[in-house]
Amino acid sequence: MGRDPADGRGDRDGTRLRPEPPARLRRVPRNRLRRVPGTRLRPVLRRLGTGAVVLWAAATAAYLALLAAPGDTVDSIVGDGADSPQIRAQVVAEWGLDRPEVVQYLDYLWRLAHGDLGRSYLLQRPVAEVVGDQLLPTLKLALAAAVLGVALALLASAGTAGSRRPWLRRVTSTTELVLVSTPPFLIGIVLLSLLSFRFGLFPVAGDRGFAALVLPAVTLALPIAGLLGQVLRDGLDRALDEPFVVTARSRGLHERAVLVRHALRHALLPAVTLAGWLFGVLLGGSVIVEQVFGRPGLGQVTLTAVTGKDMPVVLAVVVLSAAGYVLVSTAADLAYLLIDPRLRRS
Amino acid sequence: MTAPFDPSDRLAAPSTSPARPPVLAVEDLHVTFRTGRREVPAVRGISFEVGPGECLAIVGESGSGKSVTARTLVGLAGPGAEVRAERLDLAGADVRRYRDRDWRRVRGRLAGLVLQDALVSLDPLRTVGAEIGEVLRTHGMVRAGERAGRTEYLLEQVHVPEPALRARQYPHQLSGGLRQRALIASAIAGEPGLLIADEPTTALDVTVQAQILRLLAERRAAGTSLLLISHDLAVVAQLADRVLVMRDGEIVERGRTDRLLRAPEHPYTRGLLAAVPSARSRGRRLATEVRDRTGGSPALRAELPARTVAPTGTVLEATGLHKRYGSREVVRDVSLRIARGETVGLVGESGSGKTTVAQLLFGLLDPDAGTVRFADRPWSRVPERARRPLRRRLQLISQDPLGSFDPRYGVGRIVGEALDPAVDRADRRDRVVALLDRVGLGADLLDRHPRQLSGGQRQRVAIARALAPRPDLIVCDEPVSALDVSVQAQVLDLLADIRAADGTALLFISHDLGVVHHLSDRVLVMHDGAVVEQGPVGDVFSYPRHPHTRALLDALPTLVTG
Repeated sequence: MGRDPADGRGDRDGTRLRPEPPARLRRVPRNRLRRVPGTRLRPVLRRLGTGAVVLWAAATAAYLALLAAPGDTVDSIVGDGADSPQIRAQVVAEWGLDRPEVVQYLDYLWRLAHGDLGRSYLLQRPVAEVVGDQLLPTLKLALAAAVLGVALALLASAGTAGSRRPWLRRVTSTTELVLVSTPPFLIGIVLLSLLSFRFGLFPVAGDRGFAALVLPAVTLALPIAGLLGQVLRDGLDRALDEPFVVTARSRGLHERAVLVRHALRHALLPAVTLAGWLFGVLLGGSVIVEQVFGRPGLGQVTLTAVTGKDMPVVLAVVVLSAAGYVLVSTAADLAYLLIDPRLRRS
Repeated sequence: MTAPFDPSDRLAAPSTSPARPPVLAVEDLHVTFRTGRREVPAVRGISFEVGPGECLAIVGESGSGKSVTARTLVGLAGPGAEVRAERLDLAGADVRRYRDRDWRRVRGRLAGLVLQDALVSLDPLRTVGAEIGEVLRTHGMVRAGERAGRTEYLLEQVHVPEPALRARQYPHQLSGGLRQRALIASAIAGEPGLLIADEPTTALDVTVQAQILRLLAERRAAGTSLLLISHDLAVVAQLADRVLVMRDGEIVERGRTDRLLRAPEHPYTRGLLAAVPSARSRGRRLATEVRDRTGGSPALRAELPARTVAPTGTVLEATGLHKRYGSREVVRDVSLRIARGETVGLVGESGSGKTTVAQLLFGLLDPDAGTVRFADRPWSRVPERARRPLRRRLQLISQDPLGSFDPRYGVGRIVGEALDPAVDRADRRDRVVALLDRVGLGADLLDRHPRQLSGGQRQRVAIARALAPRPDLIVCDEPVSALDVSVQAQVLDLLADIRAADGTALLFISHDLGVVHHLSDRVLVMHDGAVVEQGPVGDVFSYPRHPHTRALLDALPTLVTG
């Protein structure tokens, strides 16, 4: 006969494998605990410093890439308008294109550091204005999708973790797999043709009112919910196997409390790792979703700027998304410390 | 072959008055696990009672069904478990038809559960105070505002110093002993009449173990009934009024503790008792043949094979070793010499520096001061290139062989890798098979992977691998502390056979003084990084001079057998 199935970690093998830290390391003196708020500040400052470096690198890389791209800047600025040597000379003088490239680059960095994103070549308006106008609809969409996706993932994983309701679990995880492997635009088109064209429940395009936000947000949220749900369920399953869950249950805790108060925090750790991925999906996904649903937003702006070689706008979008990434991953790092006290020491 | 339920046992328990009903009454309990089509019977028809204020112990090895029994009593046998019983009364109520809602009223309030190793049995992401307060909150014991005060009071009850501070700390910030106390505090927070302790001291040092056992005795004196579950008869002997011995889901023997230890009736119990290494078992075999568990008293056991220690030949010599991490000196002026064929024991509690010493001797760390010489050549502070040709003559057996095996390798490759690279391919397999044979494993294991082996088999494979290069010295770092007592007996016998046949010297590191006493010629006692006492094992353990050695020996739970 083998070992009894429930014995697992409870018995002799297994639990003592971890080498115990020496006794003096384990004890934390009172004064060191009191100092914790101070020591927490240093990692935050360090992360902000790294963030600045990342921003600079992103801006520079984008600048170099656009510099190396074929085509003349003056052509882009002149566009389809009137073209003559005088006009060209005027453009060169106005934009300072006759300066050495290093000087142009440094000038660009200097302005960037002061929050000046430059002027759009095509629209002849300040980039900050162009992007600022379109930022809000995209933010609305991304935020709605993120909240919806995380909520769906939490519901699906918490409802099917552990060994209860095996049939529901099978249905949910299959659905998740389908959602993860379907491209978002397909989901969008299916939703559109079904709910908007056939039943007329939601508007087909535009950004007027809450109803117009529903389908795009759902389209963007479903793949997020699919992957996040799988990761969360895996984490929950693992946590539910731990001995401390047996202890928690032995206190008379309701299964829901075991999930929410104990297992969920453990499951969140691997999920937080996905924060960067989540941001990327929202950014990339919104470009597509905005196209499918004819919504205004950053996606539209980016697409127009890239096709028209509108360098200042493209640079602004790149720097903006790099800033977003830095922000999100810093927040994720801080979230780790918040969730897991064991990480707080170093 | 369940032993007949003997009512006289019940009457014999000293603190059970016939007028008061038992806290727990179990009759003909069966627990079966169903996985797919397979049925695994874990508990097969056991019966027992726990009287008010009584301590009953269930003793058995892993797989005996003792932990399943403990969990079944609070309705946590797990999914797929099928529980059947003639009678299952907890605090006078029949719990056989209980649903989860009913069980939740029982758990924590009528019966508390203490598991082994609080590092994983308390939620590592929550403060100790939150964990204890959870019981109070779940059962609505005290108002929310008074919860913190009550938690501190409970921590005080289990003798945790500075309870207000400790309540705000996380399990990893507490020492093993304090953690286990906190776990007990959370189990008694609901003032249950029955405390079920499943291996409560298994991961602890002897001195801490003694403290935890005292604490449990205190709870019992305060009126709590105790169901103690352990693989260790010596631990159980300190506390229990009566003992049940379980094997393969059945009770093979039961009785008053003193009677059972003095005059065990069942061969299995006798085998278990004889397998415990101690001063008495020195020079004798521990393991009983699996097929013929006739037991016999330790005095009648076969002698271990004779061997010779060459006192003049030195394998390894360390002088004045110091090692510090930051401002902390973890090893202070340690010197030791291991003669050819000698077995030296190194004992100490966790944190005493014995593992660091092992790493220094093994050449994994360089000392800050002092030198190590191995095979008459400098071993410390020389480039690894100089050590490499000699590495094969110094081998290691660790506590956790699983972690030291590549999980993707089969047994044949794990052992074969340690062979002399000059051995050609055709010979390799035969050599590996011969090595496995020496450690009592068959050639059928060659293609098995580490995870498919039992704990005892894994340790045997680790020994076979250590033997492969024919080393002069094997460093054994807690090689048996993760094993059941009968498997431990077999592994210790094996080590004794090997050192007799090969003349291999052993450095035996352990916190278990019984194991060290059984096997070692000389012993060094470490405390706070320094060797506080050393000498022949009989002298040191019979006439300890240093107070720390005495404290270790006093804390050692002993079996008083007849």
